Amino acid sequence: MDDYFEVFGLSRKLQLDEEELRRRFYALSRRHHPDFHQQAGEREQAAALASSALVNRAYRALRDPIARVEYLIALEEGRDGKEGGTKPRPPMDLLEEMLEVQEALEEIKRSELDRAARERLCAERQRLVARRLATEREIRDRGADWDAAVEANGERASLLRWFKEALATRAYLTTVIDDLSDALGKDPDTHVSHRRD
Amino acid sequence: MSRIVGIDLGTTNSLVAYVDGGIPRAIPDAEGRLLLPSIVAFTADGAVVGEAARRQLARNPARTIYSVKRLMGRGYDDVKDELPHLPFPVVPSAEVVRIRVGEREVTPPEVSAHVLRALKQRAEAHFEEAVDQVVITVPAYFNDAQRQATKDAGRIAGLDVLRIVNEPTAASLAYGLQQLAQGVIAVYDLGGGTFDISILRVHDGIFEVLATNGNTHLGGDDLDRAIVEWLLADIRATYGVDLAGDPEAVQELRLGAEAAKCRLSFEERTALTIPFDAFTYRRDITRGELESLIAPLVDATLGPCRLALTDAGIAPEQVDEVVLVGGSTRVPLVRRRVQDLFGKAPHSRLNPDEVVALGAAVQAQILAGGITDMLLLDVTPLSLGIETLGGIVSVLIPRNTTIPTMAKELFTTSVDGQTAVDLHVLQGERELASDNRSLGRFDLAGIDPMPAGMPKIEVTFLIDANGILQVQAVELRTGKRAAIEVTPTYGLTEAEVARMVEDSFTHAEADVSARLLIDTRTEAITVANHVERALRQGAHLASAEEVARIRAALSALAEAREGVDRDVIRERTIDLNRATERLAEAMMDQALKDALGSKRAVEILGGP
Repeated sequence: MDDYFEVFGLSRKLQLDEEELRRRFYALSRRHHPDFHQQAGEREQAAALASSALVNRAYRALRDPIARVEYLIALEEGRDGKEGGTKPRPPMDLLEEMLEVQEALEEIKRSELDRAARERLCAERQRLVARRLATEREIRDRGADWDAAVEANGERASLLRWFKEALATRAYLTTVIDDLSDALGKDPDTHVSHRRD
Repeated sequence: MSRIVGIDLGTTNSLVAYVDGGIPRAIPDAEGRLLLPSIVAFTADGAVVGEAARRQLARNPARTIYSVKRLMGRGYDDVKDELPHLPFPVVPSAEVVRIRVGEREVTPPEVSAHVLRALKQRAEAHFEEAVDQVVITVPAYFNDAQRQATKDAGRIAGLDVLRIVNEPTAASLAYGLQQLAQGVIAVYDLGGGTFDISILRVHDGIFEVLATNGNTHLGGDDLDRAIVEWLLADIRATYGVDLAGDPEAVQELRLGAEAAKCRLSFEERTALTIPFDAFTYRRDITRGELESLIAPLVDATLGPCRLALTDAGIAPEQVDEVVLVGGSTRVPLVRRRVQDLFGKAPHSRLNPDEVVALGAAVQAQILAGGITDMLLLDVTPLSLGIETLGGIVSVLIPRNTTIPTMAKELFTTSVDGQTAVDLHVLQGERELASDNRSLGRFDLAGIDPMPAGMPKIEVTFLIDANGILQVQAVELRTGKRAAIEVTPTYGLTEAEVARMVEDSFTHAEADVSARLLIDTRTEAITVANHVERALRQGAHLASAEEVARIRAALSALAEAREGVDRDVIRERTIDLNRATERLAEAMMDQALKDALGSKRAVEILGGP
């Protein structure tokens, strides 16, 4: 699979200067974008299209700190995209903790919410959103550990496992938050309008 | 450097522009008009476009096609709700919309091709050379089928469409070229039939679209429709007449409503007068009344704005400038709502009717190699996915991904000896395939017979810089390219487009002469009207013999106008002009005398 870090001339590190990444993205776009190869031959146009598509995909994967970790895991495991590989399950204690929320969500499907229940679920959602933010912060912070391990050429497998679990937790939280938002109606702060995170 | 022009193919008006000495300019027609009404009338003598077609709207509603952009790349089921509002008949079918025009059926791309051809001719008349290469704009929220239909329209018109570019981003290029917008900008584009919002970062010549959203069925037409419904109800209440079933009357009301809406952008109150056969309808409309009618529609644009901001990861206060594009943004209520949402006053320093075409011209110049320091990085507005087991969509390319982009996916067979795999490709944001837009079915054929699960077919989904999907497939074991047959769900097949291109050549000649004939007739009517007025006002200045001569020339011209011989009409128009020459001079003389006392006009003017 293509190494997106390499596309930008970067090593496989998680903490990167996003301004610098954008500058390199713009520079590569200027070199490869089909607009600047419109008057060239068919072969050159096709090549520009392919390299421009690669640059765009690479930028999308790396510009966001969370997407960057997801991509890094896929790259380290040598598989393409999100599909394949073993998807880790969210931690058991989180699943147990969510049982009550899940039951409440089932309840909503059967009947209208009373005011107290609605308020409780709104508070729950707020708590989950805060928790997701904390998880994301933790993922970003552990990026420093990863980079240090790369520098020292040290052990990385356990860190990768940790990242996978943290991402699974985040994905699960997102699902529950979305389900709650669907059930409770719009809330401008936390509402995720589409199914993807 | 080849000449490439930019075309804004609008719902209401279209125009063509090019970059001249570093400045984008719209190209006028022979009368100096920039906007070409996107209206095509199929008259007995052929197709006419623009102002001439607009005059047919109320006269010949069933054969005069307007706002066809709303039907581009759509299926019959998509537009069913709209049909009662359209005065022209749409043929019920399972797939592409077809409009019945007399004996013929035409598709929206064919209708649009007439508009494009008129603009091509306008550009050719301007440059005095052939113009074949174009950039055409589309709403940013157009899906693959709508973009493909626009490209097809270009081909049918004999044009090489080098790029399909999004309207709001085109506008940002026009602003950027003149350094009128920098930083994070929001382009709010409410046109005749479509709405787009795009959030861009403009930095150092790069125009990076962060997110886009919109509604391809929301625009000035819908505002007009809301007014018409209200007027129809008012007429029912006041006169006890229901005009809803009378296409000519509805068309008159629509034109009146549109004009009143425009006036109410500058006045607090306006009078509407529409003469019908049985009575003349008069009523005053205030801006407040208009606003209460259209508020729900204007508010419907705000949701997409919020979604675009969220997807861009931008808070409203981080937006540096809000740019308004499209004629409907002249409506004060629209401006107020946009200001409330973004917390800053929006502006439209460049003419909102022309800015998209100017931007298309800038993009054309970039493609021609004439501008090298500007680059537009646009996105695909909708997620692209394939249908998987259970009718669930698996997303391959999420919305707001910078284009061009590609995704690869591996497929295999599920039955021993299976030689073909069927893929259903969709666009949209919903989880179930049936809730999304079906783009088409791709049949991967010619797979060597193998046990189930053995073949490895790698399919590449590529969205090019036009936002249009290209699909390629390779069987990895053999390295053999799999043949793909595409059946577009709401598009024309390659063979259909090829046939329409052929047809257009046969029709083109007839259409040109039809247009010239109508132009000549219009000119004849204008001259005759002038002469009639002169006879009413100045008959005392002419001898009885002279009046008789003029009357004879008038009736000769009227007779010629009934026929189809353009040369005869032109000759008799000239004859009439000649017969009236002396009278016209005498009247001018008289007018000057009245104004300046007894001096003769020739003395004052220093003539012979």
